[in-house]
Amino acid sequence: MATYKDIPLTGYRRENGRIGIRNHVLILSVDDISNAAVEGVASLIRGTTALPHPYGRLQFGADLELTFNTLIGTGRNPNVAAVVVIGIEPQWTDYIVKGIAETGKPVVGFSIERYGDLKTIEMASRKAKEFVQFATELPRIPVKWEEIWVSTKCGESDTTSGLASNPTVGRVFERLEKNGNTLIFGETTEVTGAEDKIIEQCATKEIAAQFKAAFDNYQELVESQGVSLLGTQPTEGNIRGGLSTIEEKAFGNVEKIGRCTIVSILQPAEAPKGPGLHFMDSSSAAAEMVTLCCAAGAVLHLFTTGQGNIIGNKIEPVIKLSANPLTVETMSEHIDVDITGLLRFDYNLDGAADCTMEMMAHTINGRLTNAETLRHDEFVITKLYRSS
Amino acid sequence: MKKGILLHEVNDDVGVAVMDLKVGEDIGVVTLEGKAVKQIKLVSNIPLGHKIAMRDLALNKQVIEYGHSIGATVAPIVAGEHVHVHNIKSLRWAASKSKLFEN
Repeated sequence: MATYKDIPLTGYRRENGRIGIRNHVLILSVDDISNAAVEGVASLIRGTTALPHPYGRLQFGADLELTFNTLIGTGRNPNVAAVVVIGIEPQWTDYIVKGIAETGKPVVGFSIERYGDLKTIEMASRKAKEFVQFATELPRIPVKWEEIWVSTKCGESDTTSGLASNPTVGRVFERLEKNGNTLIFGETTEVTGAEDKIIEQCATKEIAAQFKAAFDNYQELVESQGVSLLGTQPTEGNIRGGLSTIEEKAFGNVEKIGRCTIVSILQPAEAPKGPGLHFMDSSSAAAEMVTLCCAAGAVLHLFTTGQGNIIGNKIEPVIKLSANPLTVETMSEHIDVDITGLLRFDYNLDGAADCTMEMMAHTINGRLTNAETLRHDEFVITKLYRSS
Repeated sequence: MKKGILLHEVNDDVGVAVMDLKVGEDIGVVTLEGKAVKQIKLVSNIPLGHKIAMRDLALNKQVIEYGHSIGATVAPIVAGEHVHVHNIKSLRWAASKSKLFEN
């Protein structure tokens, strides 16, 4: 029988050797007030992808650094062939351009001051057109599974998540880890109750200590706002669905990493430095988390859902898995991999992992995910605190 | 034999119903790997997604699911019984917030 292993994979090899599965020409805003120019270029030039966002002015400290790292990381992502950066003034624009240029990919910046929107749009559009013609000539070449960086997260979870879809991703991750893939997970607050399991799976005591510090730090942030996560989990909906304790919910969540070993703790948007599974200190909000994974360099995302989270990302394709029969039936346009068969004993965990990897192979080869076809282009920068 | 309960780990104290199950039924218990483990007679109705005790559990005993403790019993539980918020409680929540377990 034909399986995912029989499907030859193709992708784009970038100047720095990384493999992309999409070939975007990005028109990237440095700041909120440059969005109009960015959208102007993208509406003029076919084949461009606009990335407007609401931040980038008067941020400072760690918050500014994270916004910059998110913008630079997104530009560096191997799913991007070339980038036109547009900002209001030259200094921050150049900083973003330089960060992306390290990858060797074509990138150019324009600043609007002293030109105005219209002249900027004209200059940037000429460059965007050139980049599109460069990108559309790039061939898809044969690539290997281990060259694909994969991230994961779950959302709108229910008992089917812990029971079926999260263990399925866990099995896929175990296989990819063995292959030598680079893998990312996170959701610092959502592992509350199962943090000891994460600690057990850290490769060294030092890595475990780094995880614990990130975990404690996030708990302190939540508690500093007068809130206790322990008191709010599991939710009433979770309890109706059969979840009894916060530990049980958290263990269901961390099934996504299977028995993989955690080889490093990443800052938000930080790129992994080697193969294996990496924990990223991140929010558990779907769009924020996937945006950070994309900025860290992941090119394909596995998203499990019970009740039906519909998130996508503009640059990193999001494959959605569900084992909830009602969700698969009523929200079929959002679910890429239906693994309800695991609950009907049609196949076991390996069978569910096979289905998932087959869809991954097709997606790597260019098949658009449901979220891509539905224009779920969420790009959400994690804001750490208010601007000055 | 009707299969209807999934086990995360072979030695877990609780399995999960993958369909609505009725009291008195004999139900097959299967691991995620597809291995049939045992058969159990239900002493409660179990809704889809809810847990069933795989063995008798004494009072104040840790309950193992996913190979890890998900809390402790607050009432004795017999094999085949519904396991939920009425007979188990979080140890995390108790340890950090509730005075119930403080001595």
